[in-house]
Amino acid sequence: MAPILSIKDLRKSYEGGFEALKGVTLDIEQGEILALLGPNGAGKTTLISTVCGITTPTSGSVTVGGHDIQTDFRAARQMIGLVPQEIALEPFEKVWNTVRFSRGLFGYGADSARLEEILRKLSLWDKRRNAIKELSGGMKRRVLIAKALAHEPRVLFLDEPTAGVDVELRKDMWDIVAELKASGVTIILTTHYIEEAEAIADRVGVIDKGELLLVQDKDTLMAQMGKKQIEVMLNEPVDAIPDCLSAHNLTLNGAGDVLVYTYDTNADRTGITTLLNDVAQAGLVLRDVQTRQSSLEEIFVNLVSGEPA
Amino acid sequence: MNWSAIAAIYRFEMTRFFRTLAQSFLSPVLSTSLYFVVFGTAIGSRIQEVEGVSYGAFIVPGLIMLSIVTLSISNASFGIYFPKFLGTIYELLSAPINFIEIVIGYVGAAATKALFVGLVILVTATFFVDLRIEHPFAMAAFLILSCLSFSLLGFIIGIWASNFEQMSLVPQLVVTPLIFLGGTFYSISMLPPVWQTITLFNPVVYLISGFRWSFYGFADVPIFWSLLAIVAFTGICLAVIGWIFKTGWRIRS
Repeated sequence: MAPILSIKDLRKSYEGGFEALKGVTLDIEQGEILALLGPNGAGKTTLISTVCGITTPTSGSVTVGGHDIQTDFRAARQMIGLVPQEIALEPFEKVWNTVRFSRGLFGYGADSARLEEILRKLSLWDKRRNAIKELSGGMKRRVLIAKALAHEPRVLFLDEPTAGVDVELRKDMWDIVAELKASGVTIILTTHYIEEAEAIADRVGVIDKGELLLVQDKDTLMAQMGKKQIEVMLNEPVDAIPDCLSAHNLTLNGAGDVLVYTYDTNADRTGITTLLNDVAQAGLVLRDVQTRQSSLEEIFVNLVSGEPA
Repeated sequence: MNWSAIAAIYRFEMTRFFRTLAQSFLSPVLSTSLYFVVFGTAIGSRIQEVEGVSYGAFIVPGLIMLSIVTLSISNASFGIYFPKFLGTIYELLSAPINFIEIVIGYVGAAATKALFVGLVILVTATFFVDLRIEHPFAMAAFLILSCLSFSLLGFIIGIWASNFEQMSLVPQLVVTPLIFLGGTFYSISMLPPVWQTITLFNPVVYLISGFRWSFYGFADVPIFWSLLAIVAFTGICLAVIGWIFKTGWRIRS
């Protein structure tokens, strides 16, 4: 099946020569959730802005549902919804009016039933007659989402949707995203919160200095690049790692009662069995054994810093 | 044409107008009434008639023009500057609409508001003076064209401005002086010959003169020049907007 969003060699240079995007190529399949990770100034927002028509690309092409964003911009934009990073709303406008306005911009009449459905889904129905300035920060974010969904887009961009949002609301947002995915909406979100990508994304893209460093299935990425550790907890603390265990490249914690073994999950032999045998032969008594996998955050930091994971 | 989008922008802008009815409607009515009281009474007692029309009635076209020009500019410039200032312009730029549709929506709403206020001032004036309109169609044409052309100018100012100071720069430093010196409160025939010649370089003179002609049948400059001036001014504004549309100047990075 053709990708719903296809970005080919997209470049964006600003006056003064700053290159915000350096030839980004990316295909996004219908119905998936892609999380774009990257530090500040990596080019995440520029990428979204360019696809959505806010920024004009210097070169390259983007198609949405097969429609080119420049030559067939009406059909392309019709399919896109955008939730911006900043809370940008008219403070004196009523919730209902501002969502109806968004729907109108996309060529739809005010379908009261549809607007009600959106507002109810986002728990905004009771606030529909309130002016935006009367709402809390979290509610304003919901209004932004309602506006983006007002024209029933097939592709939704969420630019840092949970920046500055409390934990409860963040979980709510994740539920909303899951619901949208279930209804077939393709979602591209940028985030600083690695756990957000880890929790909801199907694929993860890492962008830095205008370049897409990788795009991969989240689980595969974690399996491929993730290190796993075994913590061997000892019954009695030791002063140093016994010589007979030196071949295993272990580390000992400060208290001397936990041996940490790091291994590659993809290696043919993890060396766990040998390690545990050697530990037993060294006369050490185990109290407990637990494993820990490196998080997406560690993978991300390693990628961006250029160090091997 | 995405007519639904144009209607959405138009309705959104008009809602703002009705939400701030006191500011949008009562304020120009009050200030116009004050002009009648102060200028009409104080100066009118010294200038009995101009070309056979009482001074109070003489200044009505100029007063209407003063209000609609000022309001057209401020309505349209704020209309488009506010989304820039608040950041909500992202929505316009990412919607399936082109720049022409955005202009029609904002300029149409700004012109409608100014037209509405212009008509209210016209009605208010009937309470103070005896009005006659000799060429009603020409009057309507001048009124509508002036609202549209100065709304276009306001839109350009709103796109150009990057802060509130710049927003008020052109209206306060250029437009208002031109209107006051453009024969709003006097006929240019009252001026010394040198100033009569200098005044002819003020484009607003042609506007007010033509508008006054539609009321009373006399003008400072031939009506043809007035028509040409307003059409040319509209054309220049449209050309500038066309250029903004092509280049995305100060809208799209």
